[in-house]
Amino acid sequence: MTLRMRARLAPYLLILPGGLWLAIFFVIPIIALLALSLDTGNLINGFRETFHVATYVNQLSQYHTQFIRSFVYGTIATAAMIAIGYPVAYWIAFHGGTRKSAYLFLLILPFFVTFVLRTVSWQFLLADQGIVLGTLKNWGLLPQGFRVLSTNFAVIAGLTYNFLPYMVLPIYVALERMDKGLLEAASDLYANRREVFRRVVLPLSIPGVFAGILLTFVPAVSDYVNAEILGGVNQVMIGNIIENQYLVNNNYPQAAALSFVLMAALLIGVFIYARALGTEDILSVSSG
Amino acid sequence: MSVTQMPQGTAVVDTGSGLPAGAADTGGAPAPAGLAAIELVGVSKSFSSRDGNVQAVERIDLAIGQGEFFSLLGPSGCGKTTTLRMIAGFEEPTQGRILLYGEDMVGVPPNRRDVNLVFQSYALFPHLNVFENVAFGLRRRKVPHDAVRRRVGEVLELVQLEGRERRRPKELSGGQQQRVALARALVNNPRALLLDEPLGALDLKLRQAMQIELKRIQREVGITFVYVTHDQGEALTMSDRLVVMNEGRIEQLGSPREVYEQPRTRFVAGFIGTSNLLSGRVARVVGGSALLDLGPGERVVVPLRGGAVPGQHLDLTVRPEKIDMTGGPEPPEAECRIRGRVTDVVYLGSSTQHVVVTSTGASMVVFSQNRGTSGEASAPTHDVWLSWRAEHSYLLAEQEQAGDEEPREETGGTQ
Ligand SMILES: Nc1ncnc2c1ncn2[C@@H]1O[C@H](COP(=O)(O)OP(=O)(O)OP(=O)(O)O)[C@@H](O)[C@H]1O
Ligand SMILES: [Mg+2]
Repeated sequence: MTLRMRARLAPYLLILPGGLWLAIFFVIPIIALLALSLDTGNLINGFRETFHVATYVNQLSQYHTQFIRSFVYGTIATAAMIAIGYPVAYWIAFHGGTRKSAYLFLLILPFFVTFVLRTVSWQFLLADQGIVLGTLKNWGLLPQGFRVLSTNFAVIAGLTYNFLPYMVLPIYVALERMDKGLLEAASDLYANRREVFRRVVLPLSIPGVFAGILLTFVPAVSDYVNAEILGGVNQVMIGNIIENQYLVNNNYPQAAALSFVLMAALLIGVFIYARALGTEDILSVSSG
Repeated sequence: MSVTQMPQGTAVVDTGSGLPAGAADTGGAPAPAGLAAIELVGVSKSFSSRDGNVQAVERIDLAIGQGEFFSLLGPSGCGKTTTLRMIAGFEEPTQGRILLYGEDMVGVPPNRRDVNLVFQSYALFPHLNVFENVAFGLRRRKVPHDAVRRRVGEVLELVQLEGRERRRPKELSGGQQQRVALARALVNNPRALLLDEPLGALDLKLRQAMQIELKRIQREVGITFVYVTHDQGEALTMSDRLVVMNEGRIEQLGSPREVYEQPRTRFVAGFIGTSNLLSGRVARVVGGSALLDLGPGERVVVPLRGGAVPGQHLDLTVRPEKIDMTGGPEPPEAECRIRGRVTDVVYLGSSTQHVVVTSTGASMVVFSQNRGTSGEASAPTHDVWLSWRAEHSYLLAEQEQAGDEEPREETGGTQ
């Protein structure tokens, strides 16, 4: 093989492992999912491909509330994560001094415990007659009917808590690698502290925020653990429905159809989002 | 030289060299007339770090005149950047005062000081294009849009970057980025421009071009420039006046010519150009000059600034290009002459450099022009005479005594 040919082939050879990975773990399952969603039948008699598109129509009309609720929860939780995560990242990056790594470690320390256990412990803490609420009620500081569990607040707070590090870390990286000379340059050029933040720090950390949104919004929308453990009948998210269809009703085509719609909606959302901001900006956290 | 004009008109000398005050009063570069643009009065700065205190700047007195091109020159770590950052307001002095046009700046944040800093790393805003980078200061000062457009246009023309307004800093060459950094500061028309080794990152050719450019711009806009560099050539060619700093202190202040030809201390003599150091004992003092005690036929005369007594030890320096070298046993007719032996010859193209060990054991460098006549250059082991005029002997200040007032924490091993 000539050198020139090899040079031309090299990029394709390099992309091969990644390409195979994508094909095996992404493309094939999606096709399988799509095929399954168009099947009819049941677990005992087996499923057969009938291109039954009506499944989509009736599932959507039946569960659109949960769909919308999931997107609303995801949006609010993501906004809350920015509101909480940005100041945390900012503080660690600019005021963490020599103990930055220690603070980051503290931030992710709770996440060494399994997702489900972490959420269950919140359930325990926030139970209607649990250590916090029960005690406050006994002291007469809260009315007996007060509750946190099984409210929208509980589920959104759970989502926010569980995905917070995925928001903090990319913002932290963007702030941390910012040339601190730029802040001095800005204040040398007559910017006061607010203007330094607004004109320099914020625009330069936006790619980190975008990356954080991508990393948190998608899993938050499709989450079902928080709604399951912290929510009640009025907090059911689309993830819970899908789980139920699969594991309880064993109605695979319906579960597949819902999954497919959810995934398509998220993909389209991410695509529009990336287009609107330019992928360059989303991916440029690393190129500073 | 080394003379700081105080507001009251008294001359204060602080070369950090332990000289008696009178000895420094030998005229020199004009100290700024009238109100100084920037004045440092007894400024010290120490940083506390893990291994004790670092004295970055120690009791500096300076007065920089309006429209002056003033350089801070010194080796790495001598406190140049720290001094500049204190003027810009990024560091507060631990002691002393900094005045801008007579106004005390202590406690005034950088954004409220009418000086601008050109950073060594440029620190251009990567998310803004060239136009917005340059306009940054004007916009913060709420200058109307039309005026912003006009001013930015003018300054970009001045630094020859017209037509590049829409580029991001990443899309510019190093020299262009440097000019954007300069334009970004100049556009504000500050009372003084502080430049921290602005040409440090450029290659030699570009650097020389930018030196000429900077000087032209400074003449055109007439703004006071305080220029930090560790390149002595740069400081000598560009400055109206300069200070040589060492370990946080001022070694010498003066015009480039004074500092080059009449270095006051061993350090300055060594730091600026190739210097030849001679030492000896005073034989006689005649009419303000000392005659050194040397071998038969030899004679070295050095003008004195203070007094001297016979037997006293003196150090002096002579610039290589001031020295004539002659072969043969006959001593030349010259005020100063000393015997030596050539130990090394280096051909430099237009000239030849000879290293000569004198009868006193000092090693001296001499240049001779290659005019084409053969036999001009001497071979090693040749015995030669070195001669020069008395006015080119320059007396060095005695070495500072260690621990002359308060001991420096981080002294050690720098002699
Ligand atoms: N923030 C700081 N904390 C501790 N020590 C410092 C700090 N800034 C400067 N120093 C010390 O002060 C001394 C002077 O530093 P400075 O940066 O002013 O040197 P410089 O003359 O600009 O050197 P260079 O030519 O290498 O830039 C050095 O010994 C340095 O280590
Ligand atoms: Mg420096």
